[in-house]
Amino acid sequence: MTDASLVVTDLHVEFSGFVAVGGVSFDAHPGEVRFLIGPNGAGKTTCIDAITGLAAATGSARLGEQELLGRPVHKIVRLGVGRTFQTASVFNELSVLQNLDIAAGRHRHWAALLRTRRDVDPSIVQALEETGLADELATPAGILSHGQKQWLEIAMLLVQDAKVLLLDEPVAGMSQDERTATGELLQRVAAKRIVLVVEHDMDFMRRFATRVTVLHQGKVLSHGTVAEVQADPRVQEVYLGTAGAATTAAMSVVPDVSAVGLASSPAVSAVGLAGSPQTAAGTQQQED
Amino acid sequence: MTKLRPRLSLFGIGAFALLLLGVAPLLLTDHWLGNLGKYCCWAMAAVGIGLAWGRGGMLVMGQGVFFALGAYSMAMHLTLETAGDGVPGFMVLYDPLAPLPAFWEPFRSAAFTLLAIVLLPVIVAGLLGYALFKRRVKGAYFAILTQALAVALATLISSTIRETGGDTGLSDFKYFFGFVLDDPANRKLVYLITAALLVVCLLVVRQLYRSRFGELLVATRDAEERVRFLGYDPANVKLVAFVGAALMASIGGAMFVPIVGIITPAEIGAAASILMIAGVAFGGRASLFGPALGAMAVGWGQSSLGSTWPDGWTYIIGALFIVVILFLPNGLSSVLARFTAARRSPGEQPAAATATLQLEEAKS
Repeated sequence: MTDASLVVTDLHVEFSGFVAVGGVSFDAHPGEVRFLIGPNGAGKTTCIDAITGLAAATGSARLGEQELLGRPVHKIVRLGVGRTFQTASVFNELSVLQNLDIAAGRHRHWAALLRTRRDVDPSIVQALEETGLADELATPAGILSHGQKQWLEIAMLLVQDAKVLLLDEPVAGMSQDERTATGELLQRVAAKRIVLVVEHDMDFMRRFATRVTVLHQGKVLSHGTVAEVQADPRVQEVYLGTAGAATTAAMSVVPDVSAVGLASSPAVSAVGLAGSPQTAAGTQQQED
Repeated sequence: MTKLRPRLSLFGIGAFALLLLGVAPLLLTDHWLGNLGKYCCWAMAAVGIGLAWGRGGMLVMGQGVFFALGAYSMAMHLTLETAGDGVPGFMVLYDPLAPLPAFWEPFRSAAFTLLAIVLLPVIVAGLLGYALFKRRVKGAYFAILTQALAVALATLISSTIRETGGDTGLSDFKYFFGFVLDDPANRKLVYLITAALLVVCLLVVRQLYRSRFGELLVATRDAEERVRFLGYDPANVKLVAFVGAALMASIGGAMFVPIVGIITPAEIGAAASILMIAGVAFGGRASLFGPALGAMAVGWGQSSLGSTWPDGWTYIIGALFIVVILFLPNGLSSVLARFTAARRSPGEQPAAATATLQLEEAKS
């Protein structure tokens, strides 16, 4: 679809004196599932907010030749940057089809808006099959399950033809099967698009990440492949205090356990209590 | 809910048109036909409020402003038509040598008046809406602001008695574009024009609600930020609905003048604007017929109960309001929808079948 990459350089975001993001740089390319991880308050969501125009930022975020920072939200979207939110935000009163139809509408002429929809856009049919929502076409989005809402959001990004998909905790609250399905979906989607995932769930990250950037207190702590990041002692320290042994247990073993399960397992909770405030307990909370 | 069954709504508008244009003129006395015409004027403003508030989520509490733009444009033209080449009587009253104010002059032209009725609200609502929506003014702030504008305009008219007639308003129109208004046949014609315009307003919003724009408007109402992240500017979506609502209010106001025969600041001020909202809430703000029928019902209550038992009427409308908001937040029109939903078995969804068909067609 595109060869353009998302390149973020020296990103700064400040909220009335508090530095939420202080000089973060990373890049993301089509063909990889890029992860942005870090403890609560590390500035992951703020990075996405800055790239999408929701938070004022300095530095640079370029998609190909285009500078994104400083443009209004809807103009950034029109350049091909799409995002989801931590809490799925779909149009609850509208059906799945209507939701997708609105998402597909940005390429339409304004006069087409005044007409009634007569058929289903081919891109919508494709996105429905891709996300497994074909049977829910007429269902009001408000009564979809939590996981289905997240998929609907991804489907909306697909019909929107976003070149960049910025996903904020796409698997939060999903069952294990749903997580696997979402991860596989993201890998398929990433073949042609840039996919950047903000996640707390280490297990999900380990299974599906191509490259990872770890943020801590608004700065890049480490980046590389999953194995490289896991081996980095600074990452181990941030995530689990100084208990290096527990790191291995938390980050590489524990197969079928979600973030919530991870935090509630006794060994990790103990470390969380003993270590810095931003440890395992943070992994189950949603970031503001 | 948001999907109107196409045939049924068109059939409904047809039946409504038949009643207003065919049955009512045969059955009603001239007096009640005039009253019905008046309710139609309020209903036009109400249909617009349904569009802006019910579907667009903008609580427009100052539709009296746009009602006034249409009404005073029309009233100035009719006043000048009655005065002939001279200066309107009420102006001479204060100063026998008073010249006609400059802004009155163009309203001698019928064409200019008709254009003003359409263009003035579009321009004013366009500028106002642009300034407000681009700055993301919404919710209570928006409502209070529009309400304040209605108060301001009513006060302005009250205080400029030499130019606008003040609290006495403009009245005693003899001609309506050349037709003698005293003639019952001509009055019937004015009524028929008004009723037809109301039907046109309903047809326009029906198409808007069924269109992609209608879906986008509901989406903007429910999750404005999400719409922004789909690449639309919600301000533009809201602007279209707001301007549409203003235009309908203006046309209603314009027809109000020949039907009622007088326009005063009391008809366009805060209380009048709120009464328009009351009708919409009563009938069901998001439905197609709710706003129009609600406004007509409130209008009827106003002129029958309001004149025979004015003290009681205030309590009745207040009590009705409380009951509707407590038990029927979507207005009286939701009673029918609830009834059919309760009768239908939960698994059966008529919309699902058509949507699946659409999908099959698209695949093949």
